[in-house]
Amino acid sequence: MSLLDDFLIRAALAAVGVALAAAPLGCFVVWRRMAYFGDATSHAAILGVALSLALSLPIFAGALAVALIMAVAITMLSQRGHAMDTLLGVMAHSALAVGLVAVSFLDGVRIDLMAYLFGEILAVSRLDLLVIWTGAALVLALLSWRWSALLTATLNTDLAHAAGVNPAREQAVLTLALALVVAVAIKVVGVLLIAALLIIPAATARPLATTPERMAVAAAAIGALSGLAGLGLSYHYDTPAGPTIVCVAAGLFLLSTLLRGRLMTRG
Amino acid sequence: MTQSKDTTLTRITDLGVQFGDAPVLRNISLTLRAGEITTVVGPNGSGKSTLLRCLIGAQRPDRGEISHAPGLRIGYVPQKLHIDPTLPLTVARFLSLPSRVSAAAAREALDRAGAGDLYGRQMARLSGGQFQRVLLARALLSRPHLLILDEATQGLDQPGAAAFYQRIEQVRAELGCAVLMVSHDLHVVMAASDRVICLNGHICCEGAPEQVAQAEEYRALFGTGTQGALALYRHDHNHRHDHDHVHGPGCAHDHDHDHPHDHEAAE
Repeated sequence: MSLLDDFLIRAALAAVGVALAAAPLGCFVVWRRMAYFGDATSHAAILGVALSLALSLPIFAGALAVALIMAVAITMLSQRGHAMDTLLGVMAHSALAVGLVAVSFLDGVRIDLMAYLFGEILAVSRLDLLVIWTGAALVLALLSWRWSALLTATLNTDLAHAAGVNPAREQAVLTLALALVVAVAIKVVGVLLIAALLIIPAATARPLATTPERMAVAAAAIGALSGLAGLGLSYHYDTPAGPTIVCVAAGLFLLSTLLRGRLMTRG
Repeated sequence: MTQSKDTTLTRITDLGVQFGDAPVLRNISLTLRAGEITTVVGPNGSGKSTLLRCLIGAQRPDRGEISHAPGLRIGYVPQKLHIDPTLPLTVARFLSLPSRVSAAAAREALDRAGAGDLYGRQMARLSGGQFQRVLLARALLSRPHLLILDEATQGLDQPGAAAFYQRIEQVRAELGCAVLMVSHDLHVVMAASDRVICLNGHICCEGAPEQVAQAEEYRALFGTGTQGALALYRHDHNHRHDHDHVHGPGCAHDHDHDHPHDHEAAE
């Protein structure tokens, strides 16, 4: 029994770590309407996984590097006047496709692609936990350090300039944080579902919050709850862990949306 | 910074900006003095907003320079500010971005901007006029020496705009700040100004409102219909009439004042 408890506890710790970092960052993704940005960055990470395996690097390093390159490329191209949604559509799917093709070229390395697409939270090791919690702590530290400046830049770039905040720098902070979250979350929820952990808790928290800070805290709590409940359900019903976590988050979103409707009709 | 009349707050020397190959501003030289209300008028695409963005540091000029008096505090009211409905933000929290202000300071600024009752309201639920007053309050928080407004009355009806400009004059009287604004509401805004600058890529003409309204360059840009309207909205306040009406160098218009103009007939 103790062995069993152990891997479940590791999985729970991993899910909570990812949720705590992803949810507040997800608030910015929602506020700035960059949902597809998260998608594109995470899809690119599969290419990072392929490169890591080919070069015998840690998965985390390859995923982080490619996610970062992707995020920077998108930011630069969008500043040159390409339409953002088209650009992201092109980049996200191309990166995923190139990654999948690149994986097929790897000789002698047998990898379970499904593990990277949908996560493999039950196989999280102590080292993975260290990586996840270090990454999450970095992201949270970065966000709380830049919080006010990030919010100001999110409101309006000219207003930010007038207040002495450089919007380009704040955008870079968000890009870096996003790449970090993607890299640490790959093992837990996988490439296809990372964006869900960013966006769904934030969207769920919105009707419950009156200030940005409360929304971020509520999102983190909702994300952590989804992680724990999703793991429990997945263990109990023998369903895939990553998708089950996202299903719980989606259920909570539905609840909060209905609750909002009730509050509105009553008020 | 000590302030008296005729203290130079900001000096713009031979400013030039171009986007790609297209020149947006050229040969702009301008001095802003303490306590003076200056209005920039010009057709769409004449570089008005670009000029303001240069002043707040959001746009880097390609030529020339802008020198601010040491310690100059600028309050900026942006043209429009879209706050995404996914971002929960009270008026109080908005005023504390990016740096915290005390509740007392926030309430004082709101009172001064005529928005005293909006302290706890959600930004996304404000009407156009309320929103504009909150933006003004935010700009007043730092007790600016120079208040810059970019099309601040867009979306307000004419009485709303007139009331807003009266509020600006009152703020100027109370705080002694200089005001620089850009507007389409030619008639209303000009009546409230000490000095009007007619901009169309370069400074076509400048001077007291009456002088500019008579200037051929101005009438070439806006037609003669504005004259009567200007008189209609004229209200009493202390003007300084010691400005000279100066033609900008390189002005593209016909300078023969006796010459009958075709565009007047076309009005």
